[in-house]
Amino acid sequence: MTEINREIILDVKHLEVTFVNNKKSFRAVKDVNFEIYKGETFALVGESGSGKTTIGRAIIGLNDTSNGDIIYKGKKINTHLSKQESKDLTRQMQMIFQDPAASLNERATISYCIAEGLDNFKLYKDEKEKQEKIDNALKSVGLLPEHKSRYPHEFSGGQRQRVGIARAMVMEPDFIIADEPISALDVSIRAQVLNLMNKFKEERGLTYLFIAHDLSVVRYFSDRIAVIHKGRIVEIAPTEDLFAYPLHPYTRSLLQSVPMPDPRIEKSKELLIYDESKRDLSGEKPKLREIVKDHYVFMNDREKAEYEIKLEKMIKDKEESNK
Amino acid sequence: MNKKMLNYILKRFLLALFTIWIVITITFFIMHAVPGGPFLSEKAASPETTAALQAKYGLDKPILEQYFNYLSGVIKFDFGPSLKYKGITVTELIVTGFKTSAFIGGIAALIAILIGVFLGSIAAVNHKTKLDQAIMFFSTAFVALPSFITASILLLVFCVKLQWFPANGLTTKGLILPIISLSLSPMSYITRLTRSSTLDVMGQDYIRTAKAKGVNYWVIIFKHSLRNALTPVITYIGPMLASVLTGSLVVEKIFTVAGIGKYFVSSIVNRDYMMIMGTTIFLTTIVIIMLFLTDIMYKIVNPRVDLE
Amino acid sequence: MENNIILSVKDLEVKFKVRDRELTAIRNISMDFEEGKVVAIVGESGSGKSVFTKTFTGMLDINGRITNGEIYFENEDISKIVKDSEWERIRGKKIATIFQDPMTSLNPVRTIGYQISEVIIKHQGKSKEDAKQLAIELMQKVGIKDAESRYDEYPFQYSGGMRQRIVIAIALACKPKILICDEPTTALDVTIQAQIIQLIKDLAEEYKFTTIYITHDLGVVANVADIVAVMYAGQIVEYGLIEEVFYDPRHPYTWGLLSSLPQLGDKGDDLFAIKGTPPSLFQEIKGDGFAPRSEYSLKIDFEKEPPMFKVSDTHYAKTWLLDPRAPKVEKPKTIQNLHEKMLNLTSKGGVYSDRDK
Repeated sequence: MTEINREIILDVKHLEVTFVNNKKSFRAVKDVNFEIYKGETFALVGESGSGKTTIGRAIIGLNDTSNGDIIYKGKKINTHLSKQESKDLTRQMQMIFQDPAASLNERATISYCIAEGLDNFKLYKDEKEKQEKIDNALKSVGLLPEHKSRYPHEFSGGQRQRVGIARAMVMEPDFIIADEPISALDVSIRAQVLNLMNKFKEERGLTYLFIAHDLSVVRYFSDRIAVIHKGRIVEIAPTEDLFAYPLHPYTRSLLQSVPMPDPRIEKSKELLIYDESKRDLSGEKPKLREIVKDHYVFMNDREKAEYEIKLEKMIKDKEESNK
Repeated sequence: MNKKMLNYILKRFLLALFTIWIVITITFFIMHAVPGGPFLSEKAASPETTAALQAKYGLDKPILEQYFNYLSGVIKFDFGPSLKYKGITVTELIVTGFKTSAFIGGIAALIAILIGVFLGSIAAVNHKTKLDQAIMFFSTAFVALPSFITASILLLVFCVKLQWFPANGLTTKGLILPIISLSLSPMSYITRLTRSSTLDVMGQDYIRTAKAKGVNYWVIIFKHSLRNALTPVITYIGPMLASVLTGSLVVEKIFTVAGIGKYFVSSIVNRDYMMIMGTTIFLTTIVIIMLFLTDIMYKIVNPRVDLE
Repeated sequence: MENNIILSVKDLEVKFKVRDRELTAIRNISMDFEEGKVVAIVGESGSGKSVFTKTFTGMLDINGRITNGEIYFENEDISKIVKDSEWERIRGKKIATIFQDPMTSLNPVRTIGYQISEVIIKHQGKSKEDAKQLAIELMQKVGIKDAESRYDEYPFQYSGGMRQRIVIAIALACKPKILICDEPTTALDVTIQAQIIQLIKDLAEEYKFTTIYITHDLGVVANVADIVAVMYAGQIVEYGLIEEVFYDPRHPYTWGLLSSLPQLGDKGDDLFAIKGTPPSLFQEIKGDGFAPRSEYSLKIDFEKEPPMFKVSDTHYAKTWLLDPRAPKVEKPKTIQNLHEKMLNLTSKGGVYSDRDK
């Protein structure tokens, strides 16, 4: 993607989501800021309970926000929208869920699962066009039109996730939120589903918000990555920069924890546990700030100075090892 | 028992008291809004007689004053005099009736729980065998049959045809059939509940863990499975106890048992205000107390229930 | 050093009755487990990897049974044990198992302390007080802080990682000879996963047990295993030392598994995906079960089941490609120089620790 025409499709500013349960409130998402450019795959990576799914659900309107703005194509969407506006938005923004078995109505045929959105928005002229759209959606995910009359339980996990993708794609969306779309699938099926998602990205110029915990998949699939820890983004960087020059200690501990499928690397690795209580938290309140172009870290001035030295050293190391 | 638990019990207790107060208030005002009264029977009494009677029972006073008088009485377990049976208090009538109802109800509930849990566990352990199928067949049948039908059948077979039991519940022997008819339906329900929840629990991962630990089969059943499996049963026991204890109107009628149900029915026929109010308040209080105890039991058996 | 075989499986076959049909989950597996080693069994769901290890503790589901073969443990053919009461001398005592989901594998209405001391009382005949003492020591050993005060707590008061530590404590309570870990970290976050894996390693060193790891995650395998067995459709198709299987794989299925690793995908290009689906285990499988999905299948693959060919003293693979008469085929380009490729992906060989500056 060239620098000049980076068009922002989604802009999240100071997002905060608070859950209230029995008078106790819990801030699941704290002052989260990021931009997603048109046509890119932006990944939110974090552990369970980090708030990554909550952010995704807030964007699509499934969770209420308690502060901040979500701006889609220049328009604030976490506010009261007119019927027509929210209709348009629902069509343009689709979600792919983690568990394909649970996200499809088990008593409805595949045809019904896929056509439900079309029906809601009357996205066809006549019955013939509707059926054509369903057939094409099925074909585009590698299933056959004759699968239409079957029920979700007659399919395997991988096939069900294909139906889930077809259900989203038939709406011809611009923006897809994929929440752990492959973590419930077997290894060899994962590759098939990822390839499918890549295909749609290329063919239709889709933008993805990819929510995941598996860093090796995220690395292959995303252009930029935001690492989230306890409801806060601690680092955002282009994928390769993040893997080469991770700066925030949480990011580093996370990267270190991902097992590499290489015995020599793994056998020489040591455990790196991130313990916030053991960190030097002196200085003013940290914020998410840019350290080099496109690379943001949650830090204050003191930490920024440390990270700059660290970054310089890592770049030097990398150059040396490349020689 | 920790502080959190005591707090919880206290909170639930106050809530129960509040609910009872609401019931008393609603009952009181509804009864006073209903036209007609015990002194308006078929033959018209002279206005003087009516006025005298109303004065005697305090019905001429302002309604709020009556309400507070009644409320202070209820707190002392005094539901006032019966308007029908001269010289007897409502409390006395309730106590007499409830003694009998509670006796047969208590035994019926005990039978229902013990046999129900036993049969349910047996069926689950012998899942998919002939024994399981037989237990399921009978429990399904008895859940579906209402108690007045089982009561009628029992009456017909054992009293009329075989003449093993007397057809009225005035003697102890005569209480056996009412007890059986009262217990059959809840017993079958508990059987089914225990069976399905035991089957569910036996498929859980922690049962597999217990098995992998090398724990003996029966230890798994008693120490790991039963307590989990009984959670849904316990939630059913509260309302069941309340309904069985407070007497089944129909069963008491069929077997001529002098229980609270009988008094309740006749008080309605007689338009005995005080008696209707008294029994309604008494019966709802029993139900509320049972639900209160269920909540606490549930919490004791299941530590996960959030106390907040 | 003489290798002691602690568990030996010969010609094992396991069948399940599903409604009126019969499914063959394990098809003739023979394998020896060396004492003190960590063996990883890799395969996708349905490959039979869990079923295989369940036969070591008699934990097959009720509709499953061993139809052929022997399993020798301490000079006894344990495949012939039928009664649950007889299994109790082995299960939990000599062979312990850790299951996948720590959130569901502890009894929610029993205290943590009860669930640990139960095994100690059962298998070591200790009194309640002694068992409690031992249990608290175990809890400390697996990294529970304030073990004494947390003894009487319930599982819901523990986090997922902490629960898995408790499950490990239960498994180790009787110092088993073999620890079977059935996807022990799949349900956990990566940082917690790393800690649990390390814990199991440390404990294996201290208690000297043999570990059998079941997993589908090749990263975890690379970290933990000395020996890898790759399973496909109820058979072991490749078996060898960890470096042999990762750097010199011989079976086309192993090639496929490695090639579909997302780390090896180039951005923008498709990831390698094994085409098709595994064969139905309800039918008899003719020839090599992987042949219909393989790009390298020969004519004979569809006719005759390949034997286990020996690659080295420690490395075996079940493919006709290793027959001297077969055409020479090289492993796919994607997985050549695997180590170099992985190194390039990481700075400092995947080490992000600050310590070794």
